[in-house]
Amino acid sequence: MIRARIPPAIGILAGVGLLLFLLPLAGLIVRAPWNQALGELTDPTTTTALGLSLFCSLTATAIAMVLGIPLAIVLARTHGTLRNLLRALTTLPMVLPPVVGGVALLLAFGRRGIAGSLLYQAFGIQIPFTTAAAVMAETFVAMPFLVIAVEAGLRSLDHRYEEAARALGANQWTVLARVTLPLLRPAIFSGAVLCWARALGEFGATITFAGNFPGRTQTVPIAVYLALETNPDAAITLSLILLVVSLAILVGMRDRWLGAL
Amino acid sequence: MTRRLLALLAIAAMAACSCNGGIPQATVTVFAASSLKPAFDKIGARLLTTSNIVPTLSYAGTQTLLSQLMQGAPADVFASADAAQMTTAQNARLLSGQSRIFAHNKLEIAVARGNPKGIRSLADLSRPGLVVVLADPSVPAGKYAAQALKNAGVAVHPASLEQQVTGVLSKIALGEADAGIVYVSDIATSGQVDGVTIPDAQNVIGDYPIAILSSTQNRAEAETFMNLVLSADGQAILKAAGFEGA
Repeated sequence: MIRARIPPAIGILAGVGLLLFLLPLAGLIVRAPWNQALGELTDPTTTTALGLSLFCSLTATAIAMVLGIPLAIVLARTHGTLRNLLRALTTLPMVLPPVVGGVALLLAFGRRGIAGSLLYQAFGIQIPFTTAAAVMAETFVAMPFLVIAVEAGLRSLDHRYEEAARALGANQWTVLARVTLPLLRPAIFSGAVLCWARALGEFGATITFAGNFPGRTQTVPIAVYLALETNPDAAITLSLILLVVSLAILVGMRDRWLGAL
Repeated sequence: MTRRLLALLAIAAMAACSCNGGIPQATVTVFAASSLKPAFDKIGARLLTTSNIVPTLSYAGTQTLLSQLMQGAPADVFASADAAQMTTAQNARLLSGQSRIFAHNKLEIAVARGNPKGIRSLADLSRPGLVVVLADPSVPAGKYAAQALKNAGVAVHPASLEQQVTGVLSKIALGEADAGIVYVSDIATSGQVDGVTIPDAQNVIGDYPIAILSSTQNRAEAETFMNLVLSADGQAILKAAGFEGA
């Protein structure tokens, strides 16, 4: 393969752009209290937050797959104004400041919210301040990443395979389960990884909708925020853990998700 | 296209200059605890009318402000909701001269309007089924609330530990929490929640110290602001906002 030459100006600008990403990373690594890192890692606050973060982000990703893949299929098969409207709705959480998303969730699912009030009056269930609220907040913010990836995958799909299966007598469900979804696997996989990474880092919507309580709603990003004000070393260590996990995932999955997007 | 760009640049230049008849304006940047917002907004407005100093007021949890100052945030005055945080600032050589206490604030129980749950005392907060929200113990309001609950011998299981006292207030105002412990001044100025008095024997009185920062580039303006806060005028504004005077 012959490499295209990169004009110097483009190279310089790209370098500056890269520095913007690299320097904060370097800052964290240089300032990390390495001698204390192990102590912080085994600190109950850290392990509790980390466990909760893993549970919430994985649950959010699972829910996003169950609801997001059908949503992507609907999006890929509608056209015109309806599709534009649906797509704007599903991608809204990506442009909304997460704190605003949290307030919106409160107004919808809170005790006095439009849906939450029914739940509260009928069953006495209150969603805010629970782990369920943290999962909901993460799902709300992260699901669009999965929907967009899967929808893009669907659009670039070669539909002749589905047609062939149908011509051979397969019904709708069989086509979906045996042809469409297997062909979509890279897109679903990449979407799920992006969704999970976003859920893992979620802060604004979670703290607004779910509050902060260790073991119940205090995920790693919230613990980082709190620790920053009382114990900066712990905050840096926690940030590093989150960084290493996210980076490992992104590097490990790079080929797959680049291929699918 | 070029003309439009030039026009934009001209507007940007005018905005950047923000000159007032060509006279350069004096400014003062104040970092103040979030509970001070209602009072300090008024004091800032007073400063603007009585002098040519334009105040920039930045509100956040005291501990957030302190960590910003530690990282070199440029400010002239620091008003803390907690004497301990001011001492930390002093030890970090962030202050120029001594800090002075300019107000006191007591705690109060915040409840929904009309007190539908019939909360009368701190002991009521341990009632099962009641959703109680407190400030995190790393925040002065949370530290004081923990002390008050200890004084009253009450164990509370909070639903959430908010990062700012205003977070407690908003959860109650939105109806998601039944009760919380906040400052008297928060309830006095919120207008969206009712207060239940905590007896003095259980209550904790918070001191609010103010100081000029050693990194200030506007010392005269910083002194003017601090003097206004400590003046009869400033104290009257603070009292109207629910604080107790120095």
